[in-house]
Amino acid sequence: MNAVTAVFADTSVIAKRNVIKIVRVPEVMVFVLMSPIMFVLLFGYVFGNAIAVEGTSYREFLIAGIFAQSVMFGATFTGAGIAEDMQKGIMDRFRSLPMSRSAVLAGRTISDVVYNLLSLIIMAITGLAVGWRIRGSFLEAILGFVLLLVFAYAVSWVMAYIALLVPSVEVINNASFMVIFPLTFIANTFVPAEDLPGPLKTFAEWNPVSSVTQAARELFGNIPPGVPAPDVWSLQHPIIYTMIWVVITIAVFAPLSVNRYKRANRR
Amino acid sequence: MTATISATGLVKRYGEVTALDGLDLSVPEGTVLGLLGPNGAGKTTAVSILTTLLEPDEGQATIAGVDLRTRPDEVRRRIGLSGQYAAVDEVLTGYENLDMIGRLYHLGKARSKTRSRELLERFDLVDAGDRPVKTYSGGMRRRLDLAGALVAEPPVLFLDEPTTGLDPRSRIDLWAVIRELVAKGSTLLLTTQYMEEADQLADEIVVIDHGTAIARGTSDQLKSQVGGDRIDVSIDDADQLGRARAVLERVAVGDVEVDAPVRRLLAPISGGAGTLTTALRALDDAGIAISDVGLRRPTLDDVFLTLTGRRAEHEETSEDDAGRESDPRESTSSGAPS
Ligand SMILES: Nc1ncnc2c1ncn2[C@@H]1O[C@H](COP(=O)(O)OP(=O)(O)OP(=O)(O)O)[C@@H](O)[C@H]1O
Ligand SMILES: [Mg+2]
Repeated sequence: MNAVTAVFADTSVIAKRNVIKIVRVPEVMVFVLMSPIMFVLLFGYVFGNAIAVEGTSYREFLIAGIFAQSVMFGATFTGAGIAEDMQKGIMDRFRSLPMSRSAVLAGRTISDVVYNLLSLIIMAITGLAVGWRIRGSFLEAILGFVLLLVFAYAVSWVMAYIALLVPSVEVINNASFMVIFPLTFIANTFVPAEDLPGPLKTFAEWNPVSSVTQAARELFGNIPPGVPAPDVWSLQHPIIYTMIWVVITIAVFAPLSVNRYKRANRR
Repeated sequence: MTATISATGLVKRYGEVTALDGLDLSVPEGTVLGLLGPNGAGKTTAVSILTTLLEPDEGQATIAGVDLRTRPDEVRRRIGLSGQYAAVDEVLTGYENLDMIGRLYHLGKARSKTRSRELLERFDLVDAGDRPVKTYSGGMRRRLDLAGALVAEPPVLFLDEPTTGLDPRSRIDLWAVIRELVAKGSTLLLTTQYMEEADQLADEIVVIDHGTAIARGTSDQLKSQVGGDRIDVSIDDADQLGRARAVLERVAVGDVEVDAPVRRLLAPISGGAGTLTTALRALDDAGIAISDVGLRRPTLDDVFLTLTGRRAEHEETSEDDAGRESDPRESTSSGAPS
């Protein structure tokens, strides 16, 4: 088996194993199914009626933001899975095998795309049930979902790196909450970015979570006519801006993580 | 010809702690090296280095002729590892665990499947093979982990305390498996805290402590290093342990060891049967009733004690370590009926 086929073969073995683990552990499965529904209903109804956004129903405005936040949290799963494999010594076993050196991490991040895809499907169905509509073309909507998944995939690599540095499920969960909460709230996910005060506004405008949300909103056709265009480049070109972030993040964190994996002895 | 496992001057430091302090190892093809040492001696560190998990700070090693530092990927093709703690996935079944490892060794689908089934049979896990590992007992997990090291039939095997936590029957079964592997030509490095295990399996034994080898040789060579025979006496009355020790000290050539909870004394001597008679007469004169007595060759246990000043761990006695270390006179006066 040559090196290139080995990468693909090994990655698929690992990804398959991780997906089996998602499907077979009831606690995880319940979380995959319930938390997206909860997110949509909770945010949709609690905030949805309280805040008015010009020209559209707030609930419709919210959905893309909820999607973005959920897939970010889904990426945390990568970190937790890696930390668990380290703690249980399974990582050492993998590291002693003649398998591709990037396969464990590639398989992990890819299986989390599956996880996020499941949760996006459930969120979309829940959203449709509470009145959210895709008002653009079907292809654009697909592109919107793909962009959300690609964005989460990049975040997975950051989580992978953190987990290899600090292999503790508890620390990973805490750290990711401390990072993901601010990142997903200081953004245009739940309120329009221009409504935020001073420096928060600037942060939100350049926050990639905002751009991926903005892109998804546009692609789902959830920005009603008449809403003024954003006045920052990042939100005027949200797809390009998001992709720049994705590429940079993966280019930095994938090699860093693989390098770290090579010396990630259990203790 | 160089040995299949060959390491020179391995050093590994963790901050202040020097886990390995210039360890040399050499295991000829088709033989078993027993790496014997107490907790913290550096056994796992040595295994981690030789299996490419950890980079040494200093030193070189080759495995099956392949340099560890420059071609770690080639080394991994040739080795099988079973670490100190079973590294098996609890959610997967036993079969799935082995098959995954087979695929990652690039055995191919069909071969990986056959090997996995074969090994489940060999390790007496057929009935449990399609159950998730979380339903397995500790011993079953351990056996599955060992099977994992053998999936690809690698020529060089590293087993870190393979029988710790196994019941006596499983241990003996595993010894049989190991002998079989070696008979087929595998080269094996095995760490253990059990003297008996090293005695049973190893062609050569390296005793390590604080990261360096403090003795090496065959089991017989090591035993002869410790010299002569031992008088092994058990007495009836625990209150007399102190007196019995004093009596034996007069004939012994080294320290008399007292195992208070079992009322047993061990005295190294130089003379043989004559000295035994003298000792027995002296004990009798002192009015000490003897329940059992014998003259025996030193065991690896004795070797270890002589070399390190500590007993190696033994499953039957590990629980009364505290009793052995305290002064026998104190521990007996409180514990024994008078
Ligand atoms: N990551 C680490 N950081 C700091 N010290 C370490 C680390 N790993 C090992 N050590 C230390 O190195 C020494 C050797 O440890 P090692 O695990 O190799 O011993 P061992 O012989 O396998 O012991 P045991 O029989 O308990 O398994 C110990 O003093 C241990 O505390
Ligand atoms: Mg150890």
